[in-house]
Amino acid sequence: MRATVLVRPKPGILDPQGAAVGSALGHLGFAVKDARVGKVIDLEVEATDAAEAKAKVESMCEQLLANPLIESYEVEIVEPSA
Amino acid sequence: MSSRIGVVTYPGSQDDRDALWALIALGADAVAVWHEESDLSGLDAVVLPGGFSYGDYLRCGAIARFSPATAAACEFAQAGGFVLGICNGFQILCEAGLLPGALLRNESLRFVCRDAPLRVERNDLPFTSRCTRGQRLVIPVKHGDGRYVPPPDLDPAQVVLRYLDNPNGSVDAIAGVCNEAGNVMGLMPHPEHAVDPLLGSDHGALILASLVDAARDRSFAAA
Repeated sequence: MRATVLVRPKPGILDPQGAAVGSALGHLGFAVKDARVGKVIDLEVEATDAAEAKAKVESMCEQLLANPLIESYEVEIVEPSA
Repeated sequence: MSSRIGVVTYPGSQDDRDALWALIALGADAVAVWHEESDLSGLDAVVLPGGFSYGDYLRCGAIARFSPATAAACEFAQAGGFVLGICNGFQILCEAGLLPGALLRNESLRFVCRDAPLRVERNDLPFTSRCTRGQRLVIPVKHGDGRYVPPPDLDPAQVVLRYLDNPNGSVDAIAGVCNEAGNVMGLMPHPEHAVDPLLGSDHGALILASLVDAARDRSFAAA
């Protein structure tokens, strides 16, 4: 089962990379009020159903993929089409 | 009896040899510890050096946390042993949960490499006993990810060193912190690069020699 993890800097955590991206977009003429840069982690997980996959990936996030002090995470599970 | 201090070499460590050299110059019986070592109980203190352990993939220090030597350093610290993390070593100790907080990309997004003036906030630790409180130290920094972000509940008493000229955007200009018990410390500046006045400063020797003293006392007490 495919899982996608979105890791974001938590609100209130200074994100200079996002600020640089926002400023560069401004130079291109795009009015952007705020830009934050996170990361995407794609996984192929062994699981019998989406709930099990989600629980597994959330545990991975807690233990490694995100640092809960500075990052939030979101897990999306894509079930294979039958 | 001399103090036996282990310096861990991870794949990607860079400052392990400088740390060994500096500790030996300061009178320690410093030994290299390979990252696969899982028993540090014969040591009086452990240093986790600077560098880019395991490529610093995902987050700095995040992968090194799973190395056998890091697990052994955690056990060593839980038994009261002295553990000092320098730069990448500091990042590893934060990722391993031995120290509070996290180290993020510098606010400037630039790698900084220069002498950093610091203020000593505590001199009652095994890492700062040779310093005086409020003392100004000049120790070089060289890092891209040194912006310290403390947990919301950080006890201000755990701040050991502050930058006088914040080079990376650290919250409250924090350059070094210790755990609650005071036997584990991490700092971004590199004391091992400042032990000879010929290289611009020997203030780093105050930190490392404090550790050598403490390790020697511990080794005497155990004997």
